[in-house]
Amino acid sequence: RPAQSALGGPLPLPPARVPERRTPARCHAPRHPGRHAALHSGPSALPAGELRQPGVNRLTQTLVPVPLSQPLGGPGPAQLSPSLAAMSLQSSTPEALRVVNLLQERNLLPPIPIPPPTPCLQQDLQKINCNPEVFRSTLTSIPQTQSLLNKAKMPLGLLLHPFKDLSQLPVVTSSTIVRCRSCRTYINPFVSFLDQRRWKCNLCYRVNDVPEEFMYNPVSRSYGEPHKRPEVQNATIEFIAPSEYMLRPPQPAVYLFHSSTWSHNAVETGLPERLLLPGDSRTKIGFVTFDSTIHFYNLQEGLSQPQMLIVSDIDDIFLPTPDSLLVNLNECKELVQDLLKSLPTLFQKTMETQSALGSALQAAYKLLLPTGGRMSVFQTQLPNLGVGALQSREDPNQRASAKDVQHLSPATDFYKKLALDCSGQQVAVDLFLLSSQYCDLASLGCISRYSAGSVYYYPSYHHQHNPAQVECFQRDLKRYLTRKIGFEAVMRIRCSKGMSIHTFHGNFFVRSTDLLSLPNVNPDAGFAVQMSIEENLDDMQIVSFQAALLYTSSKGERRIRVHTLCLPVVNSLSDIFAGADVQAITGLLACMAVDRSATASLSDARDAMTNAAIDSLASYRQSVLSIQQPGLLAPACLRLFPLFILALLKQKAFRTGTSTRLDDRLFAMCQLKYQPLVYSMLMIHPALYRVDDLSDEGALNINERTVPQPRVLQLSVEKLSREAAFLMDAGTVMYLWVGRSCQPAFLTQVLGVSSYAAVPDNLHLLPELDTAESQRTRAFIGWLRDQRTHHVDESQLKPTFMQNMIEDRTESALSYYEFLLHLQQQISK
Amino acid sequence: MAFTFAAFCYMLALLLTAALIFFAIWHIIAFDELKTDYKNPIDQCNTLNPTVEKVKKIKRIKIAIKLVLPEYLIHFFFCVMFFCAAEWLTLCLNLPLLAYHVWRYMSRPVMSCPGLYDPTTIMNADILAFCQKEGWCKLAFYLLSFFYYLYGMIYVLVSS
Repeated sequence: RPAQSALGGPLPLPPARVPERRTPARCHAPRHPGRHAALHSGPSALPAGELRQPGVNRLTQTLVPVPLSQPLGGPGPAQLSPSLAAMSLQSSTPEALRVVNLLQERNLLPPIPIPPPTPCLQQDLQKINCNPEVFRSTLTSIPQTQSLLNKAKMPLGLLLHPFKDLSQLPVVTSSTIVRCRSCRTYINPFVSFLDQRRWKCNLCYRVNDVPEEFMYNPVSRSYGEPHKRPEVQNATIEFIAPSEYMLRPPQPAVYLFHSSTWSHNAVETGLPERLLLPGDSRTKIGFVTFDSTIHFYNLQEGLSQPQMLIVSDIDDIFLPTPDSLLVNLNECKELVQDLLKSLPTLFQKTMETQSALGSALQAAYKLLLPTGGRMSVFQTQLPNLGVGALQSREDPNQRASAKDVQHLSPATDFYKKLALDCSGQQVAVDLFLLSSQYCDLASLGCISRYSAGSVYYYPSYHHQHNPAQVECFQRDLKRYLTRKIGFEAVMRIRCSKGMSIHTFHGNFFVRSTDLLSLPNVNPDAGFAVQMSIEENLDDMQIVSFQAALLYTSSKGERRIRVHTLCLPVVNSLSDIFAGADVQAITGLLACMAVDRSATASLSDARDAMTNAAIDSLASYRQSVLSIQQPGLLAPACLRLFPLFILALLKQKAFRTGTSTRLDDRLFAMCQLKYQPLVYSMLMIHPALYRVDDLSDEGALNINERTVPQPRVLQLSVEKLSREAAFLMDAGTVMYLWVGRSCQPAFLTQVLGVSSYAAVPDNLHLLPELDTAESQRTRAFIGWLRDQRTHHVDESQLKPTFMQNMIEDRTESALSYYEFLLHLQQQISK
Repeated sequence: MAFTFAAFCYMLALLLTAALIFFAIWHIIAFDELKTDYKNPIDQCNTLNPTVEKVKKIKRIKIAIKLVLPEYLIHFFFCVMFFCAAEWLTLCLNLPLLAYHVWRYMSRPVMSCPGLYDPTTIMNADILAFCQKEGWCKLAFYLLSFFYYLYGMIYVLVSS
């Protein structure tokens, strides 16, 4: 039997298990000598064969120590295995810490999209660790103390995408869901089994008993191996929740469509006649429209056509009939379809210019009060009547001001309060703004932000003059109606003892210190949290984080989706820098800057972002670099950090000096907080590809389609050339830039036109031509589009394209090189 | 022993400071309840902020019957009284707190009712920590001023 170590767990597995394939120099966290005191007597003495003892969990909380220097009082490297000895004597810096002089090296972008960094863990732990697309940390090596974190000057946080559409999701139906007795953590792959009957929680270190049912493994039909059960083998898992997890019987899917009378043209083009809403036989649907009065629709079974009931007292809303305003979708299908067909014609000749959105929202809230559900609000103008009326606060002359931008915070708290009431009754409000004028998104956006809804914004929407937006809206609406949805959800994020979460970013309401109330959860929502280290993590080698999402599926089943992430703890600044995830840091900084611009001011937020870059690079220079060279030095893992900060400063959300509509700016801020990281990064730093010379070299083979993989280029005009065509992927929009002297082959074979002059101005879909180039181009664009869940349209808007050329100088902003010089100046001060 | 206006001021201040100490303790308990999950932010902020319906009932005088405004008004009342009684030292000691109250009220989040706490941001750890510290500091200040007024009252009673 393995000897017990001082920590009460089995001794870590011997060094012989260290995989050879891991780059030797990548991970060398020097460990506390004291922690190895109990170690050295054990494993080296055990021959490898004795390890396969029953009852020893292979997935124990172990980490092979890779000491850089000899531990005090322990045996020297000679007693450790040869591979380990070789590792400990190497002194080369890992790839992540390679020093890069940003002023000299110009081509920093890797040719492929940047992968997330791998945490420096033992291989079998890392293999089952949570997918970084779902759960990601800004620092993949957690500092041991808060003072060490402060020295590194980088934010520590987690970015989550918990409800992402996953292709493989293990679902467990079990009568008992095993959880820790004190901290209520779900059992996960990173717990340690002390023997067959007891397990130790990896978040609070309490020893719990394994229940009898858990000893039986239904997958392999074996008894006595609790560590082989799927809950302990997968970091992402879904449980079917028993009735203790329900406050009330699971609610049916309830959808309410709420639109102002002018949105009908939009809604009519968008809502398909056959609504494929996720749900089962209990799904309910309702419609409300409003202008200066509120119109309800009686869709009771048995009526020959839908009946409209008008309530004109907007100060004291009441529901005209107690039921039959929200009807069962399956039973009243024909009535619903009739209503959808006739809605646009009902209000065609309306002369109303007033909009009583606030009262209409209150009415809709009353309708959804008993069950909860989702409200989709389509709004085309500023609400100017009744409660919640808003004024036009934007001054068009101030759009391009170089000073501070005003009116970024809500004008009234009516929408916030209503959102909180909705959140309490499990109603989520999604807002679709289809407007060409100012709509005060700062105030209206609150209704979605605190009720876990989403905001969709289509500036300059017009169903005749702007077909690109119309198509965008239609596709987005289709995705919105058919995507997976979870009702009456709550999410709890737990972390190991010693760490705590202090700020949350995203669309939800924080009900208590780590409990987020999400009336609706959807696969396009991302969340971010900031953490701090309350107690020193001295004795721990790894820390874990668990996000548990309890929701009701659209079929009325109560489910719990659990994601667990495990990260190592390190003691030195160089290891912290080696494990920095530059994309996650940028995403978290963007969320923090949005908060700062609402509470303080926009210029404050801009300064804070620049200071983040300055501080982290200065800290690197002072503490980690041994030789001081001239120039702006950065570790290889952070080499793109100044570029991303500059991209953020030039983003629509934060830029000054360029004319930006206030609603556009606010929508960009909403998106930075709401979107999952991968889309935010594309929004911040779009990917640029050259598409006129696509070849099959290095192409990927997906589903029998060859998808070419062109190189990612830097966002600078010097990379563009007149003889080529380029595609810029900015997340929700793709831009195609065709050079003036572009090869005619490209023009004819891909775009279907004979010369440059004939390229149509608002082409928003590539024509499907039968040539190889066209197929390749479309395959590539299709592959990029498939990785997105929302509609991507292609457009040829030159100004927006040029605005995304981040590395260049504009009248009001610095070029990339100048920004680097500015950083260097600040650091050397 | 002459019962001057100053003595009367001190006596009243003594009694009202007891009320202020009670408010400060209520404040501390409320934030502790929030922090330990005993209550949720919406209910707690409704307790701490005056609610709109109740304010509407008392039409003319918008007296907030909840926590925040009474405390500020009472403290303002003290300052006015000490000003009238020409007790300059005491007035100077209370002026910083008065300035702090004014600043705190001016920089509150946008709200339709007179209140200081926004349920959506109150759970942020830094805001919560700030409010808790504020509670403790105020408690300490009110306790000290209680004893100071006691001393002042006796001094004024005896010395005139």
